[in-house]
Amino acid sequence: MATIITAVGFMTALGLLLAMMLVIANKRLYVFEDPRIDQIEDLLPMANCGACGTAGCRPFAEQLINGETEPAKCTVNSNSMNEIIAGILGVELVASEKRVARLACAGGGNVAYVRATYSGLKSCRAAALVAGGGRGCSWGCLGFADCELACKFDAIYMDRQGLPVVIEERCTACGDCVTLCPKNLFSLHPVSHRLWVACLNLEAGEQAEEHCEVACTACGRCAQDSPEGLIQIQNNLAVIDYTNNSLASTVAIERCPTGAIIWLKENGTVVKGREARKVVRKGALPVA
Amino acid sequence: MKHQTAALDSSLASTTRRSAFFQRMNQRLVRLVHRHKTFDHGIYPIEHKELTAGKPIRRMPFANELVIPLLQHKGRPAVPLVKVGQEVVRGEPIAHADHFVSVPMHAPATGVVRAIGLIPTAEGPKTQAIFLEVYQAASQEVLYDMHRDPQQMTSTEIIQAVQDTGLVGLGGGAFPSHIKMHPQEGRKIHTLLANGCECEPYLTCDHRIMLEHTDALISGIMIALKAVGAQRAIIGVEDNKLDAVAHLRARIPKALPITAEAVQSKYPQGAEKMLIKSLLGSEVPAGGLPADVGVAVFNVGTLAQMGDLLPKGRGLIERVVTISGPRVARPGNFMVPIGTPVRFLLEQVGLTGPVGEVILGGPMMGMAVASLDVPITKSISGVVALEPRDPAIAEPQVYPCIKCGECLSACPVSLNPSMLGELALAREYETMAKVYNLDQCFECGCCAYVCPSNIPLAQYFRIAKSINRDKKHYMHQQPN
Repeated sequence: MATIITAVGFMTALGLLLAMMLVIANKRLYVFEDPRIDQIEDLLPMANCGACGTAGCRPFAEQLINGETEPAKCTVNSNSMNEIIAGILGVELVASEKRVARLACAGGGNVAYVRATYSGLKSCRAAALVAGGGRGCSWGCLGFADCELACKFDAIYMDRQGLPVVIEERCTACGDCVTLCPKNLFSLHPVSHRLWVACLNLEAGEQAEEHCEVACTACGRCAQDSPEGLIQIQNNLAVIDYTNNSLASTVAIERCPTGAIIWLKENGTVVKGREARKVVRKGALPVA
Repeated sequence: MKHQTAALDSSLASTTRRSAFFQRMNQRLVRLVHRHKTFDHGIYPIEHKELTAGKPIRRMPFANELVIPLLQHKGRPAVPLVKVGQEVVRGEPIAHADHFVSVPMHAPATGVVRAIGLIPTAEGPKTQAIFLEVYQAASQEVLYDMHRDPQQMTSTEIIQAVQDTGLVGLGGGAFPSHIKMHPQEGRKIHTLLANGCECEPYLTCDHRIMLEHTDALISGIMIALKAVGAQRAIIGVEDNKLDAVAHLRARIPKALPITAEAVQSKYPQGAEKMLIKSLLGSEVPAGGLPADVGVAVFNVGTLAQMGDLLPKGRGLIERVVTISGPRVARPGNFMVPIGTPVRFLLEQVGLTGPVGEVILGGPMMGMAVASLDVPITKSISGVVALEPRDPAIAEPQVYPCIKCGECLSACPVSLNPSMLGELALAREYETMAKVYNLDQCFECGCCAYVCPSNIPLAQYFRIAKSINRDKKHYMHQQPN
């Protein structure tokens, strides 16, 4: 009995001692953290995607509290959620335009030639490291769907020609596909950028068309037809100056012989010019 | 007829199998008897060098059009000096180096510049190149000489002359040679290593250079010794080329501080860090350069070109290339003008049947090309044409890692390829670099070669390294 009493007493004393140490530590080493950080973090999507430019949702919440950034920077959150956050912070929700990833290539398997068979890991990155992946156009999409795998929001799917398609509604402009694509075909654009050059080929004329039926041949018709300063031919490629985006219209696409310059409608459909070569082929081109 | 060819094919296959067996036995015997110096780990691939080892260097004719890429080296592209329509004489500078990390280009033949445009390269992306239409009736004499005596030149003058020559690492590294010679603060170079290992299967060009261009090699070594200020030079040669060692020992004058030493035939003996370990026993620190241990390593081909071109003041316009492989009808070692398309080379040596992969460099670390229009550049030591994969045989299946540890005992830089492979599957690329020293991997491919589960480890690592590089680049670009 005495042993039990000693043990219980000893343990109680020890417990009290340690509890006191904890209490002191809690008081002495207390770091004040704004409770609003947790509150706002709870309202964030917790995707930790990095689209806002910070490492994750918590650093973003901290920046919000410090007034270093604004709620609209989070492109993943819904607008109503961001309004709640803005309400808590007491700031105005600046409506910033939705941005999406755009693919600068239209060379699916039915229009772009494969010149050499690649065998090995089914990954764009791996293929690109072996002689560029075997596509005739060394700038074009390889179609092994690295971007589809990388997209955390299921906003990219591969169409039947092996070309990634971005679902604008789901895209949060996190930029994962931009970093991952070995050919650097993705870039982030505001949705209002409707005029789009879906090609990065730096060759001109027949050389460009030799490997892909929808390549930009640098003929310059789009630049001639559109208002001055909107489109320029740089390095054998039509380049749109988006600072003049208000001037953009479907006029530019009408005379494009290959359909490399396109108009992206809001419902996601792609409009090609009237003179663009019609692509009727559905199956893949032979390797040659 | 069909049966006959089939029978011929099978008999050929069995002879190659038998010869491979004898070769392996022979290798083992040499290893047992001589016990030459070597490094730990590594592999012993079948060499196939007997196809071309006995073939003296012959001159390759000029193709009708030569294509000279402006970026054939590591660093900045050269800047063209010629215009379209301009006639050039063989050996004339056609592009100059506007930066320290760049080398000039010289016309490999007399002709006229047809265009300056894009061409496919072995690495993938298309680059700017000068298209030179060759005058087939021209005498193809090199008229651009500027004789100078390396004995009278200072070390700085030699380094400048090496840059003007347009020399890069001809063994495959393509790193401008003058940068390696440039003195670095706090690093004193005491030994120069001439790398004559040629550990890649099929390749024999360095072997032939050591046998045939011995004097140029020796004079090149003396020039490089003076430039880097080293006291002695060692020519490291794998023991499958003992004839070259004997030849070099007989030809090197006693008064010169040059020795020729045999090292074990083992892949990747020719990697500079491995060769330093084998010959000198010292280990280059991770992320460091050979200069950190007082060594400079040059390929024997580079040194032979240096010894030949520098006293004459000429530029690098041709190099020795081994053209070999099971599909080549007349394999051999050829002096090929820089810029010759691979298609032309294969036409000249003839093919015995349909070709699968065409590899520039050796089959272990070389690059498979996607287009035969790719030209021979300064760093390409071989063209290997392999058989197409038999469609009847299924593509080797990749199995999960069984943790056998074969890759660990093969990795020459003692990494853990098994662990790195698992991390690559989980796409933990940063952990691979930070915790498992991925950056030390030089993609020799030993791990993938020995893997019983057919895991493409080397490919995983190339992907990981490339993504890490891109991420760093992207972070750098981001303003926030």
